[in-house]
Amino acid sequence: MTTEPESAVAADSAGATAAKENQPYLDVRDLRVTFRTDDGDVHAVNGLSFGLERGRTLGIVGESGSGKSAASLAVMGLQRGRRTTVSGEIWLDGENLVTASAERVRSLRGREMAMIFQDPLSAMHPYFKVGDQIIEAYRVHHDVSKKAAKTRAVELLDRVGIPDARRRVDSYPHEFSGGMRQRAMIAMALSCDPSLLIADEPTTALDVTVQAQILDLLNDLQKEFNSAIIIITHDLGVVAEIADEVLVMYAGNAVEHGGVQEIFSAPQHPYTWGLLSSITRLDRTRADRLRAVPGNPPSLIAVPAGCPFHPRCQYADLAGPATRTERPTLETVAPGHRVACHLPAEARVRIFREEVAPSL
Amino acid sequence: MNGHDTTGPSPAGGAPAETSAPSLVKPDLRHASAPAAVVADTAAEAEAAAATAASAEADGDALVRVTGLKVHFPVTQGALVARKVGAVRAVDGLDFAIRRGETLGLVGESGSGKSTTGRAIARLLEPTGGKVEFDGRDITHLSARSMRPLRRDIQMIFQDPYTSLNPRHTVGSIIAAPLKIVGDLSGDALRARVRELLELVGLSPEHLNRYPHEFSGGQRQRIGIARALATDPKLVIADEPVSALDVSVRAQVVNLLGDLQSELGLTYLFIAHDLSVVRHISDRVAVMYLGTIVEMADRAGMYEHPLHPYTHALLSAVPVPDPAKQHRRERILLRGDPPTPLNPPAACRFNPRCWKAEDVCRTVEPPLVEIQPGHQVACHFPEERELV
Repeated sequence: MTTEPESAVAADSAGATAAKENQPYLDVRDLRVTFRTDDGDVHAVNGLSFGLERGRTLGIVGESGSGKSAASLAVMGLQRGRRTTVSGEIWLDGENLVTASAERVRSLRGREMAMIFQDPLSAMHPYFKVGDQIIEAYRVHHDVSKKAAKTRAVELLDRVGIPDARRRVDSYPHEFSGGMRQRAMIAMALSCDPSLLIADEPTTALDVTVQAQILDLLNDLQKEFNSAIIIITHDLGVVAEIADEVLVMYAGNAVEHGGVQEIFSAPQHPYTWGLLSSITRLDRTRADRLRAVPGNPPSLIAVPAGCPFHPRCQYADLAGPATRTERPTLETVAPGHRVACHLPAEARVRIFREEVAPSL
Repeated sequence: MNGHDTTGPSPAGGAPAETSAPSLVKPDLRHASAPAAVVADTAAEAEAAAATAASAEADGDALVRVTGLKVHFPVTQGALVARKVGAVRAVDGLDFAIRRGETLGLVGESGSGKSTTGRAIARLLEPTGGKVEFDGRDITHLSARSMRPLRRDIQMIFQDPYTSLNPRHTVGSIIAAPLKIVGDLSGDALRARVRELLELVGLSPEHLNRYPHEFSGGQRQRIGIARALATDPKLVIADEPVSALDVSVRAQVVNLLGDLQSELGLTYLFIAHDLSVVRHISDRVAVMYLGTIVEMADRAGMYEHPLHPYTHALLSAVPVPDPAKQHRRERILLRGDPPTPLNPPAACRFNPRCWKAEDVCRTVEPPLVEIQPGHQVACHFPEERELV
């Protein structure tokens, strides 16, 4: 990579710091995403708030239907169907994307913020050469000749570790292996040096050895470009490896948000305990039976009243009647650590220490 | 193809460390197979025989015994007359046994041949070479008709609960199908058995008349398990049975599989790419790379004292859910993707990506030998390393 894009980024972030006062680079406030369907309204995201600074990586974990992908698509402005309503605020570098025009969001997408999808085979067009797809993305935002854009494409493919990039730039997606395709998609996402990169299950379809390469690559790129990264995954190992902070989502909302250390060593929400207790571990042999969270995630059409997790929560009885009627809000329990739970704080600390931690 | 993208950097454990290692593997086996690179087939068979003889005692009570198993798929060219131009050597010489009542975990990356191995044992595929014995009987080349009575004893659970159940059949008829084919139950007795099976896997017997689409992924996987258990099988081959499931549901199904094993005395061949699930569920584990087994050991041996460089790379690549520990761990980054089984590297198949490879690795195929009790490895320079 040449020094030119780096200096561009530096100038960029300097401008950004001047513009904002105390607001994080990405600031999501009370985000709601609702899909109208024949069966009723699906509340995919239901009042989500979080912030993320540049240079930091946020891991969003949760099961299918917890709203993690819906929320990130909303940030990208890809959630504008006729049957979809997005409300709340999404501030990117001091600009509210929810009220911005579609035209404006389109000009930011790809340049300021980019996304990496789970399945590179369906995210890339099978008819066009990999290089041409990167060139197209680049030329949408930069007024350069095809030749210059191609040089850039080769440079990017080389940067993400595709061997023989000069030749590979003219290959079609099907000629790439899964890991190479994922790299090519990362190259495309990086073509305009985005300051926010959202990766939705970027390694789920890959073998572990390839996953390790891709996670390493994301780490390096973040150091180089100082981007904010959101990584959506259900693999807690991946989160432990790459994230600085973690947002645990359940039924369209955040139930716990904190630094990666706290979430793994002093989690306070029963759902987070459930996730940690139900995974098998590479580094130790667990008891014969895993402590699985009973039941299934709720339907987002009829989210349970009160705490949405209460029907599956084995500590619901300790939390008092409010747990069945009132939705708990995210409260700060320690600097940078927020939890939405009706259980008294001392009880949460005690239960984790005495009942949950020993069996992890 | 072979050898595009090669060896990764070697973070530690360079050449000097192995000076003593070769002697571990040196026993006659290696010399016996020295010309292996040239006449691969016969040599592989000779090795196979030797290896089986060696481990025969340990595997005395084997339900399944696989000897020199090969499954090759022809690659053809030409529109009118198909001409064979090569073969995908998906499985290329496996020797192992599955003991009664145990769970054998089979791990490897995509393209390692683990699913093909499962299908060959279930005889959904006919092996190209070698032998598959089930319950003491050679089933390698049995015809579909002679295989039929054995089908009740060998059942499969598939990965995708969405495509492995016929959407137009009710749950009741899906589970009853194998019972009808085996043909010992009908009418009320059949219905009673189906209800019993639904209960066994934790579903409500009232769900009998519903269709698969009315169930969640985890529930569908339970239906698939009920169907597999309908005929009271001895061996259940589970091919990535929990990979498509969410974390909490996955734990429920893993628990269910464990409960069923102790309740019904089942033997499992558990095929998965997730090494942590395999650690949880398996008694013994075999690691496959490009159609061959590179290491085989009991659970503790495999995860606490792995010997093969490829096993080291695999284990080190899996992140553990503990940030402090994860950041301290030693990582071995393999460069590139696994080469294709169409044209596997000569001799040791891992040699182009291996940081310990020396000339011998490129000329002599390392046989799978037992170098510690119950711990077999196919490597010229095995070395114990702590990685998890």
